Amino acid sequence: MSVSTSKIGGTSDDALVKVRNLRFTRGDRVILKDLSLDIPRGKVTAIMGGSGCGKTTLLNLIGGRLHPDGGDVTVDGISVPSLSTKELFELRKRMGMLFQTGALLTDLTVFENVAFPIREHTELPESLLRKVVLMKLETVGLRGACDLMPSELSGGMARRVALARAIALEPMMIMYDEPFTGLDPISKGVIAKLIRELNQTLGITSIVISHDVPETCFISDYAYLLGDGRIIGQGTPKEVQQSKSDYVRQFMDGLPDGPVPYQYPASDYLQDLLRART
Amino acid sequence: MIDAIRNLGRIILEGLERFGRAGLFMFEVMRGTPQLRKRGALVLQQVYGVGVLTLLIILVSGLFVGMVLGLQGYNTLVKFGSEDTLGLLVALSLVRELGPVVTALLFAGRAGSALTAEIGLMKATEQLAGMEMMAVNPLTRVIAPRFYAGVIAMPLLAALFSAIGILGGHLVGVGLLSVDAGAFWSQMQAKVDFYDDIMNGVIKSIVFGVVCTGIAVFEGYDAVPTSEGVARATNRTVVYSSLAVLGLDFILTALMLGEV
Ligand SMILES: Nc1ncnc2c1ncn2[C@@H]1O[C@H](COP(=O)(O)OP(=O)(O)O)[C@@H](O)[C@H]1O
Ligand SMILES: [Mg+2]
Repeated sequence: MSVSTSKIGGTSDDALVKVRNLRFTRGDRVILKDLSLDIPRGKVTAIMGGSGCGKTTLLNLIGGRLHPDGGDVTVDGISVPSLSTKELFELRKRMGMLFQTGALLTDLTVFENVAFPIREHTELPESLLRKVVLMKLETVGLRGACDLMPSELSGGMARRVALARAIALEPMMIMYDEPFTGLDPISKGVIAKLIRELNQTLGITSIVISHDVPETCFISDYAYLLGDGRIIGQGTPKEVQQSKSDYVRQFMDGLPDGPVPYQYPASDYLQDLLRART
Repeated sequence: MIDAIRNLGRIILEGLERFGRAGLFMFEVMRGTPQLRKRGALVLQQVYGVGVLTLLIILVSGLFVGMVLGLQGYNTLVKFGSEDTLGLLVALSLVRELGPVVTALLFAGRAGSALTAEIGLMKATEQLAGMEMMAVNPLTRVIAPRFYAGVIAMPLLAALFSAIGILGGHLVGVGLLSVDAGAFWSQMQAKVDFYDDIMNGVIKSIVFGVVCTGIAVFEGYDAVPTSEGVARATNRTVVYSSLAVLGLDFILTALMLGEV
């Protein structure tokens, strides 16, 4: 595929992100092998999989923070691995990412955190900026918290502020990295509602990475199941939940052993015990 | 034996690799400098931060170092009956040598380690990654302002150190011992040269500012993003900065005196 044609953008078919035969290794370890998937425009797509199966890695590959060892990722028709830093930054202004930890800037207030990307990328006058920031905070229900510092927020609130920041530049897409992990049921519900609402009212394409099966299935239009470095199941959430595949069943039902072994790969147990450590 | 050689080789290679990374890192920071013009406020804010961290320790240390210089200098000079030159001795020692060097050492321990820890923790808590995903380059937004703030603050702090040190010398020499106040100041005024003495001190402290702050921000940015990694990086900042300052001081002094 030539670079010039791949950068034109705005292809007519409705996949915003296309991952093709993606391969990523760390040292000798293959994290992703031959991964292909499509993220449809304007939908909520879930990517589920166990811890350490490479979900965050996949998001970083889509966002261009990591470089693949093979294959291609295109976002809105633009091939991400072939972009220069400057082009990559232009693309990133159109995508938001919600980090697992929120990643709020700890030396700035909630207000300034949300204002941060706007200040960096636009020249809005202060009065207008204030309105925009308060609107974003109102969307996530935290307008009242605008003067707090990030250290004063609960986990759920921090993630909502991070969400307000992610939508500050009105992106076409948001990638959520484990938005539910470590939250109480109420906060989980709030986040799930927000993801759904942002998708419906603003039409933001959403990728939700998660290992929380019920919440994720509840809000998503389509689901992929990641395991062993590739897609091991896909379909509407209902289809995936009812799939007969061993892999899918193991993940959905939370079985400790199955196609995904309980044991981390190791040499023979008895021999290991008998061998004197040197 | 083979193992030892292999380990040595590995350590040298790793060291060289880090050195290369540091070089590229500084190059990137420098390259973002033009964008810093609209971020003047950020640099000032950081100068203020560094100043708040180090001012007190600099002033207290400067005072004591000056007082010790007064005592020691008087003790020797009085044997030759030339205690009138005490002011000159104190001023030259501070401006040319002790001001820049001790300030840099204190700076590394106080502000440098804090910078490394701050940047390392920003990395560990994904704040830097978050910025990258918001299309903001952390090198220009976080690193460069801190780097230039350190480079600006160092000569200012060294100047303060020397000034308060001279007052300390005066306190001991004129206040406690029997040096004539007029002689103390006039000798200093007559014999301290602006270019040969003061500018040399300023150049030294600018170089130390570049080196100490450079090491501090690099170690933070390059830290392994865990608690242990940040702790190690902080430790390295203090050790490397101190060694670099003492080593460079010899080289700079030799170059400036032109006698080696
Ligand atoms: N910086 C890193 N260095 C080495 N290995 C890493 C690094 N980051 C992640 N990994 C490894 O890559 C694998 C996938 O990680 P990740 O994508 O974070 O998983 P998850 O699906 O839980 O988000 C993990 O097994 C992890 O050990
Ligand atoms: Mg993860």
